[in-house]
Amino acid sequence: MTEPVVETEKLSKFYGDFKAVDGISFQIGQGECFGLLGPNGAGKTTTIRMLYGYTPLSSGSLKIFGRDIRQDLRAVKQHIGVCQQEDNLDPDLSVLQNLLVFARYFDIPRALARQRAEELLRFFALEGRSGANIRELSGGMKRRLVLARALLNEPKLLILDEPTTGLDPQSRHQVWERLEELKTRGLTILLTSHYLEEAARLCDRLIIIDHGRIIVEGAPAELVARYVGREVIEVVAPTEEMRDFLKRQRADFEDLGHRLVVYNQNGDELFIHLAKDFCRRGCTLRQATLEDVFLRLTGRELRE
Amino acid sequence: MNGVWPKQISRRFLRVWQRNFSVYRMTWKINFLPPLLEPLLYLVAFGIGLQSLVGAVRFQGQTLSYMTFIAPALLSVTIMYNAFFETSYTSFVRMYYQKTFDAMLATPLTLEEIITGEIAWAATRSLIAAALMLTVISFFGLVHYPQTLWVIPLSLLGGAAFAAIGMFFTGLVPNIETFNLPIFLFITPMFLFSGTFFPLENLPGWAQVLAQILPLTHLVNLARAFTLGLWQNRLWGSLLYLVVFTLIFFPLAVARMRRRLIR
Ligand SMILES: Nc1ncnc2c1ncn2[C@@H]1O[C@H](COP(=O)(O)OP(=O)(O)O)[C@@H](O)[C@H]1O
Ligand SMILES: [Mg+2]
Repeated sequence: MTEPVVETEKLSKFYGDFKAVDGISFQIGQGECFGLLGPNGAGKTTTIRMLYGYTPLSSGSLKIFGRDIRQDLRAVKQHIGVCQQEDNLDPDLSVLQNLLVFARYFDIPRALARQRAEELLRFFALEGRSGANIRELSGGMKRRLVLARALLNEPKLLILDEPTTGLDPQSRHQVWERLEELKTRGLTILLTSHYLEEAARLCDRLIIIDHGRIIVEGAPAELVARYVGREVIEVVAPTEEMRDFLKRQRADFEDLGHRLVVYNQNGDELFIHLAKDFCRRGCTLRQATLEDVFLRLTGRELRE
Repeated sequence: MNGVWPKQISRRFLRVWQRNFSVYRMTWKINFLPPLLEPLLYLVAFGIGLQSLVGAVRFQGQTLSYMTFIAPALLSVTIMYNAFFETSYTSFVRMYYQKTFDAMLATPLTLEEIITGEIAWAATRSLIAAALMLTVISFFGLVHYPQTLWVIPLSLLGGAAFAAIGMFFTGLVPNIETFNLPIFLFITPMFLFSGTFFPLENLPGWAQVLAQILPLTHLVNLARAFTLGLWQNRLWGSLLYLVVFTLIFFPLAVARMRRRLIR
């Protein structure tokens, strides 16, 4: 097996007594798209910031490309592309200049930088905007430009912190398509997100973290199968007798008061029974998703 | 300052300098105007307006026109303002609102290089402004060539000194409005009481001693010596002061910014 691109061992970050990241260990293999999921405040950004050397580790170890980040930070950063959570494009520069100036930070020669910048603008459908001011760009264009910027140094690892948060569905799908294309070219990607649909679509493997700890790790489909089954039944406005019935059946369900979610349905017998005897309307059988896993494991209370 | 000096700062800080230069070039017409026009305003208001009241100034045994006396002070104030405002307000905007430093930190640049690049750029702005202003002043025959040309390297040193302390405040202030405090308590008193618009000897003894603490006093001393062509050996002290001031506030600025940004 080839050496992992990222290897963390009990990675931790403490702010005083508060454990933002509390001993997480994972590996990302060559060419893999790895997801880091979790609710707001789970510690995703903090983890990512440790990975590119912005935030010093409180404890644990971290190797990227087989090198200890604390010793070889500059050499490691030369081969990482980062798309940070907040937009930090340079509003003092035009679209093209944003790329050219950024390329200088990596010591990319001028002619090569220009060539790559033009290629990337085409790849992200921004070539018509190269002279535009950053303030004239839509949210989706900005995000694509940030992605283009992260690819200028032809990174061996692309780190994306919530790359599609705040985008409209069209822009989101466009970003997904570009990322899928990068994946097929063999780029290793680390992605954080709280869009479960995004993670299910893009990630080969993922971890869900909460309160700085890993709750679960696996491939998206495998996690769905393991924690919620193939299908779930949703019941709106359940009655007491329905609850009693489900308990008697030893069904695996979650009671949300005004709603019930029944997991691990591997046939439609229970659903047919429920629909016939208990609810005329308000019962649905649907395919289980990663979102079910996520909500089940991280709970449903609001964060932040 | 463990290891701030040797290891973390490479030639790459020039990339940060270059970024600011690229932005400056796009708006150079606007950037060039103040140093070209300001001396004219001052010379008209103070020189022509006040000259009739003030008459001549006695300075180091010489009798100078008021305009000749304040010309080096205007240069010094320009050096101070250009550097200080660049690393205070402007760097703060880049750091806090534009997140430019965050983006840079995801590249091979180190925080030390970013801060060094910002300070070097601010000193360069002082140099550009001083050179432009000097050109204008020269037309009025207020400066003494070739000694005056020393003002050019001096503007880099003076610029570095004020850039370093400006960056130090940027690492310190909770928000951009708070810059009013160092400006009110430090910059404005210096503007008035550093031997700029009247000789220090006109002040009471204790105030003269106090003025020696201010970096602008030393910058004005040196600039005046150069524009008048009156170098004295005691001015090495002023030069040393500016060097030491820079060497103290540069690592302090880096340390403050590290505490502010690296969490
Ligand atoms: N500099 C900091 N000082 C103190 N607490 C912080 C700091 N940065 C982040 N945190 C806290 O750490 C937790 C994890 O934050 P973050 O990694 O940004 O979460 P996520 O990206 O998963 O939403 C949050 O509770 C946040 O408030
Ligand atoms: Mg985050």
